[in-house]
Amino acid sequence: MLSRWESFVSGAKATLPLLLGVVPFGLICGAVCSEAGIPVLGAIGMSLVIFAGASQLVVTQLLAEQASTLVVVMTALVINARLLMYSASLAVQFRGASARWKAVLAYMLTDQAYAVSIGRYLRSDLPPVNKTFYYFGSALVMWSSFNIATPIGAYLGAVIPAGWNLDFAVPLTFIALVVPAIKDRFAFAAAVGGGAIAFLASGLPFNLGLMTAAISGIGIARLWEISSEARHG
Amino acid sequence: MVDMQHYWPVVVAIGAGTFLLRSSFLVLLGRAEVPGRLVRVLRFIPAAVLPALIVPIVLSGGGEAGGGAIGFSRPVAALVAALVAWKTKNVLATIGVGLVTLWILDWIISVSL
Repeated sequence: MLSRWESFVSGAKATLPLLLGVVPFGLICGAVCSEAGIPVLGAIGMSLVIFAGASQLVVTQLLAEQASTLVVVMTALVINARLLMYSASLAVQFRGASARWKAVLAYMLTDQAYAVSIGRYLRSDLPPVNKTFYYFGSALVMWSSFNIATPIGAYLGAVIPAGWNLDFAVPLTFIALVVPAIKDRFAFAAAVGGGAIAFLASGLPFNLGLMTAAISGIGIARLWEISSEARHG
Repeated sequence: MVDMQHYWPVVVAIGAGTFLLRSSFLVLLGRAEVPGRLVRVLRFIPAAVLPALIVPIVLSGGGEAGGGAIGFSRPVAALVAALVAWKTKNVLATIGVGLVTLWILDWIISVSL
């Protein structure tokens, strides 16, 4: 069994390669903010308070399009609802830790810290780690690099000319994130359904197109999965 | 441009809601069993949400900078990026190749017009 410190360092080290994706993501979150006229302090505050990049990009875009407050909040929460799934999975692993400690760990929860940690907990060929400290090492690396990258991106976004089309880095980031998420044919159906309905529904009032598309895509995938399970017993 | 008057309330509301999602099972429902059906629905969120974000942005043209007249450079660059993402699973390579493809296509279009 690794000590707390060894577990912390081990979790941090396992997360370092992922920074190649996290740092550009943080930079883009900052850059998009400054393009939308949000001051640097606003960008820093958003990353600290929300700390979920994909939803932050959407929030910035919807706010710039003058979407209603309720739609912006609901859309962001639909995107972040996946964190519920990680929370459920980690609750089993962190049993026995104090509520205050778990609240700190929960605030830092990301796709990456979850994936790195759960991957390590399931390894039976390596000595067991202190679970909360391994996760804390991973989450702290994620948290600090993202929150350092945001103000740098906010500054760069203000000085890079519009002709560079840096706004296109946002859909490119999403493309890089979605491809590994398409693990089976049901997830593929969710992706095609979500994309197609978002295109058809882009004229919906109050920018409701995104939420409609996301919920429809999830519904299509789940219904197909249920019906194929029923057929194969 | 973003109306800064409503900015902080929106950010704080989303931050609080996201914290509730993150802490749901970890802190609040520490002893509750996780319903399997819920997990099976939630795991489709990234696959459905991200294309719903990508498609309208890519097909809506280039905003102010792209002029909108050049309709195909962004979809083509997005497809090239998707191929890179699939082959390399590398975020930086995906963003880099996608951006460079867009620059090259826009340059070719600007010279040939």
